[in-house]
Amino acid sequence: MAQITMTQALNLAIDEAMADDPGVFCLGEDVAAKQGGGVFKITSGLTEKYGPNRIRATPISETAIIGAAVGAALAGQRPIAEIMLMNFVGVCMDQIVNHAAKLRFMSGGQTPCPIVIRTTTGVGVGFGGQHSDMLEAWFAHVAGIHVVTPSNPADARGLMRASIDANDPVIFIENILCYGLKAEDPGPGYRVPLGKAAVAREGTDISLITYGRTVLDALEVANELAKEGISVEVIDLRTIAPYDEATVLASVRKTGRAITLHEAVRPFGTGAELAANIQEKCWDNLKGPVRRIGGTFSAVPFASHLEQAWIPQKSDIVAQIKASVGKV
Amino acid sequence: MAQIDRDKLLDIYTRTMKVNRTDEKFRELLMGGKVAVMYYCVRGQELVSAAAMAALEQDDYVVCTYRGQGEQTAKGIPMEKWWGECLGKATGTCKGKGGTMHITDPETGIMVTTGVVGSGLPIANGLAMASQNNGDGRVTVVSFGDGAANIGGFHEAMNMAQLYKLPVIFLCQNNRYGEHTAYADHTDSRNIASRAEGYGMKGVTVDGNDVHQIYPAMVEAVARARAGEGPTLVEAMCYRMMGHFFGADFSYMPPEHIAEMKREDPLPKLRQVMLDYQFTEEELDAIVADINAQIDAAVDHALAAPLPDTDEIYKDVLEETA
Repeated sequence: MAQITMTQALNLAIDEAMADDPGVFCLGEDVAAKQGGGVFKITSGLTEKYGPNRIRATPISETAIIGAAVGAALAGQRPIAEIMLMNFVGVCMDQIVNHAAKLRFMSGGQTPCPIVIRTTTGVGVGFGGQHSDMLEAWFAHVAGIHVVTPSNPADARGLMRASIDANDPVIFIENILCYGLKAEDPGPGYRVPLGKAAVAREGTDISLITYGRTVLDALEVANELAKEGISVEVIDLRTIAPYDEATVLASVRKTGRAITLHEAVRPFGTGAELAANIQEKCWDNLKGPVRRIGGTFSAVPFASHLEQAWIPQKSDIVAQIKASVGKV
Repeated sequence: MAQIDRDKLLDIYTRTMKVNRTDEKFRELLMGGKVAVMYYCVRGQELVSAAAMAALEQDDYVVCTYRGQGEQTAKGIPMEKWWGECLGKATGTCKGKGGTMHITDPETGIMVTTGVVGSGLPIANGLAMASQNNGDGRVTVVSFGDGAANIGGFHEAMNMAQLYKLPVIFLCQNNRYGEHTAYADHTDSRNIASRAEGYGMKGVTVDGNDVHQIYPAMVEAVARARAGEGPTLVEAMCYRMMGHFFGADFSYMPPEHIAEMKREDPLPKLRQVMLDYQFTEEELDAIVADINAQIDAAVDHALAAPLPDTDEIYKDVLEETA
């Protein structure tokens, strides 16, 4: 099989979903051919195939974009709405949280809202405080939404197809620094079910639970520590909410130790929920406290060295693992 | 003056009285302490809702607000289901999980009732976008108040609707108050419809208490939308003859405003039109009596209906929990 980037993986998944189902359509700022197929080219080449109604370039109007996606979904279509950068969800939270997430419940199940909200973010590219945040915890705190993020091209292809299939809203988070990753193409029709984590690397001493770009850091650290005789199991959640509790708990019961790792700021992050749940359900298996690693509790800074210092450090992941397993 | 077909006028009258009798009944139940729920009175705005819904086909879409009783009942939600929902019963449109502010009944086209001012407009665009995409010929009406014209979603939705020529009608029921704030204290534009021009959209202001103005305006807007000519902003001037919600103090309304709205009350005006069209007092009374009987039966049904099971709180969260 050919190698594909994450950008290509997402494009292929959307393309084949649009070919399979005339109800699938994309809308968002700059997504059409005239504007180059999206700022990160995810919808490149699709206007030519499916026309302007199904690749709708919108005004800079996030509330109108998500509102339109909600309405079209209620009418039976499967919109894929792009919010160019994740911080811009702040402009349209009402449509996502009060409407998309709740309409199935508030209607007694009559009006499910199958929309995919694609959005991009990531620390490390110098975008500063309003274009970089991982805000998954905002959505994980709301009932009625799936929150998904891929860490590699194959999962990107499979998770995107599964997200478009889903009969509920999905926040699909793409990390800018992952777009260029290359991996073997899993091929047409590939799906990764929502709510299923991957054991990205098996290990026996400690469970490192993460998702998105920090999976790459986790795997790198696990490889290094293997040389020192520390066996790290890396869990890639893939779906952040509702997450694969069975896989997480089984891993922690096996290793007896856990660390959560995410790029988002640490306080009140998804790591806190994971840690609390692990401690409630695996208390008798735990050999020590669950530790949490996350971004610094400040706005993402601009200057490159500040930004690099802001990100969860690989050296810190190593130190926390060693402290946890008692090999400081 | 545009003439309205006699049968259509009867239809509008029947819908208007259905809205009015439902409103009266609700207030009676609340006053008597029989029920204690949030209810947003529609007294004074009955005709706007009824005329607008009478301009639609059964399968057209509607998005309304917490003050949406008029659209909901006039569009034809079965009364037993409507009352069931308002009383939080398992027999309600939403199994008692939506309530008065979130009535949904896709069978009659009531797709969303939002409790957030202005949030319906962007969603209406999406329903209309689906119709434009799949060519089903439906139109969408979204109802909102003058207060909603000042929230960002209004502007985003108006611009987008006109840009794509969506088959949507923006029905602004200008009842002269946004919550407890008078129009002049929240808006300096001479009216709301004039804003349409700024988006390149057609906008009209009509007297919502005059059936010969509101109904033809809606018919024209619906025809334009269905023909692919794009959206219209229809501003229906009307009065909210009660407070923001049932029980709310509205002593802030000046006496001259109260006198004006009593003078402009759409119900005696519509009745006079009916008489002018040679309907008799007896015929009209019989229509109202029939509606009253239907409402009484629906209320009795809802009062006696079972409560939703407690485990409903876990259901309909995601498909997996359906």
